[in-house]
Amino acid sequence: MVKTGKGILMQGNEACAEGAIACGMRFFAGYPITPSTEIAELCALRLPQEGGVFIQMEDELSSMAAVVGASLAGAKAMTATSGPGFSLKQENIGFACMAEVPCVVVNVQRVGPSTGMPTSPAQGDVMQVRWGTHGDHPMIALCPWSVQETYNIVIRCFNIAETLRTPVILLMDEIVGHLREKVVLPDPSTLTIVSRRKPQKSSLPYLPYKPVYGDVPAIADYGDGFRFHVTGLSHDYTGFPTNDANVAAEEIKRLHRKVQAARNEITFVHKYRLEDAEIAVFAYGGVARSAMEAVMRAREQGIRAGLFRPITIWPFPEEEVRQSLGALKAVVVAELNLGQMRLEVERCLGKGIEVIGLNRVGGQIITPDDILETLRGVK
Amino acid sequence: MAEVQNNPILKYFRASKLPHIWCPGCGHGILMGALVRAIDKVGLDQDRTVIVSGIGCSSRAPGYLNFDTLHTTHGRALAFATGIKLARPELKVIVLGGDGDIAAIGGNHLIHACRRNIDLLLICFNNSIYGMTSGQYSPMTPTGRLATTAPYGNIDRPFDLCQLAAAAGATYVGRATSYHVTLLIELIAKGLKHKGFAFIDALSQCPTYYGRRNKLGPSVKMMEWFKEVCIPVGAAKKMTPEQLRDKIVIGEMVNTPDVPEYTEEYEKVKARAKEMSAG
Ligand SMILES: Cc1ncc(C[n+]2csc(CCOP(=O)(O)OP(=O)(O)O)c2C)c(N)n1
Ligand code: SF4
Repeated sequence: MVKTGKGILMQGNEACAEGAIACGMRFFAGYPITPSTEIAELCALRLPQEGGVFIQMEDELSSMAAVVGASLAGAKAMTATSGPGFSLKQENIGFACMAEVPCVVVNVQRVGPSTGMPTSPAQGDVMQVRWGTHGDHPMIALCPWSVQETYNIVIRCFNIAETLRTPVILLMDEIVGHLREKVVLPDPSTLTIVSRRKPQKSSLPYLPYKPVYGDVPAIADYGDGFRFHVTGLSHDYTGFPTNDANVAAEEIKRLHRKVQAARNEITFVHKYRLEDAEIAVFAYGGVARSAMEAVMRAREQGIRAGLFRPITIWPFPEEEVRQSLGALKAVVVAELNLGQMRLEVERCLGKGIEVIGLNRVGGQIITPDDILETLRGVK
Repeated sequence: MAEVQNNPILKYFRASKLPHIWCPGCGHGILMGALVRAIDKVGLDQDRTVIVSGIGCSSRAPGYLNFDTLHTTHGRALAFATGIKLARPELKVIVLGGDGDIAAIGGNHLIHACRRNIDLLLICFNNSIYGMTSGQYSPMTPTGRLATTAPYGNIDRPFDLCQLAAAAGATYVGRATSYHVTLLIELIAKGLKHKGFAFIDALSQCPTYYGRRNKLGPSVKMMEWFKEVCIPVGAAKKMTPEQLRDKIVIGEMVNTPDVPEYTEEYEKVKARAKEMSAG
């Protein structure tokens, strides 16, 4: 057990595992990869203490598959990886989207492409998170900036996954994953924990994929006596494959609708001093720590700067971006990639506002000085 | 008709999903029939049994079976099944797949499921070809045979899946064919009762994409060929490698009941972890 209610020193990856366990995660399947490995190691230690299961699978494909299997059997399930492993998980992440299996997938980003720089930070996977698996699917991804937030956010990830019956990505980066800082863990009894809703037994034929809660179906757990079928093929309400174009199209649209409809409940953004700002920094994850510092220093120097930090990066917080940043002179998008999120910001803000990319790849972080200098350079 | 309705195995099928999609003469239906007969023999609880498959003609079988069923991604059925079994060890979990599914794309999962000795029963519907994608060679296609991707004859060398499973640590291993159905039912039934990883290599025929191209068909002729080339494991022991060339050994090859099973071992891990964290 970890201490609650008192300040303790903790690493981001540890907070991820402890937060997940606190909200009932009882199955973890993974494959070691820097900089995510501490999550697996801590789960190996902690889960059996809590009556849960840890397994180190033979690769990331099977880890993702085992997580989906465990979730179908009723467990709150999670896996954690980094870039190369995240690529391998993609097919089965898509399966979880299509078959509507709740689970949480953690990606602690490192420098890519390929093996890249295993121990160095990057944010090069933000687009892969959105579009990594094939086909038209919605995707939900949350991105914490601190150890404390990692703990809180992994719980939200599970709540969202269970409510909407879909995989949720916890997108960390090496900065946050390996950061050690003070956290105060809440008393578990104070946490809001949501679990999937189960179907009622009735005399009518069971339709596992019929939407019951808005666009979300009430799918049983295996072993509960419903004898139902799950497939990654396009299927109808019975869960069995269909070749009916209308049914298949409606299913894909419903998967999007259920996420869209929950937009307000799943969109989290952090805004700092944007009320009177002329310029803003748009930053997320570890980089937002530098951005915050830069904004505070800019303010001291009389620059009217603010910070916009999306915690939910997918679905992209379009409305919030337009509302908060739509009347500014310029927005600096600081990220550890060559401008992946800048594209989204530009798309939302349109032509009138200058969007400046502050980008870095190769493993160096973006410092407060870098951001301050960019802010000062805005005419 | 009354006889059909009273057939004790009917309850294991989802009647509304039949007839199945397999080609006339396909061996997969015989294998599915053997599976439900074995299930009936053993008396599995239909509400406590999960049947998992990959992708392929063979992997369509769970859709016809009246249990909790899961049709996964190509090659990954064993990994999904591992998650189900570990999350709810009280469930009986059966895994099906084709030889492409199990021996090619899913080969790594096969090795590691055997190695863990996790309590799953795996049946490979082995027809020496990729049926669903219309006749490309599989790791089980004999050298020299034709396939759409081996138009000049296959130069790959197949391997013995039973030997692989045994070497990797499976504690129950056997082989039968769509011709040797009685044996197949017996092996599956024993595999179902076995505590640990059980593997059955069930040879099947694909008249449509393997038989026709290689002039081995029709279906009945392909099954007669199984009859000719198969040697029971007991008889095979007395034969020389030379005599066994081009023969297929069938029967029970491994049955070692006393090896620690994975989910039971994990229960011990839980007990140790609780003890250590308390003390
Ligand atoms: C990742 C992936 N690769 C390829 C395919 C295409 N595919 C579907 S079934 C199959 C092979 C089927 O052969 P086998 O497993 O031997 O089963 P059979 O159809 O012969 O019963 C292939 C290659 C796929 N669905 N997914
Ligand atoms: S293609 Fe071959 S394996 Fe597939 S159903 Fe037809 S005969 Fe069976």
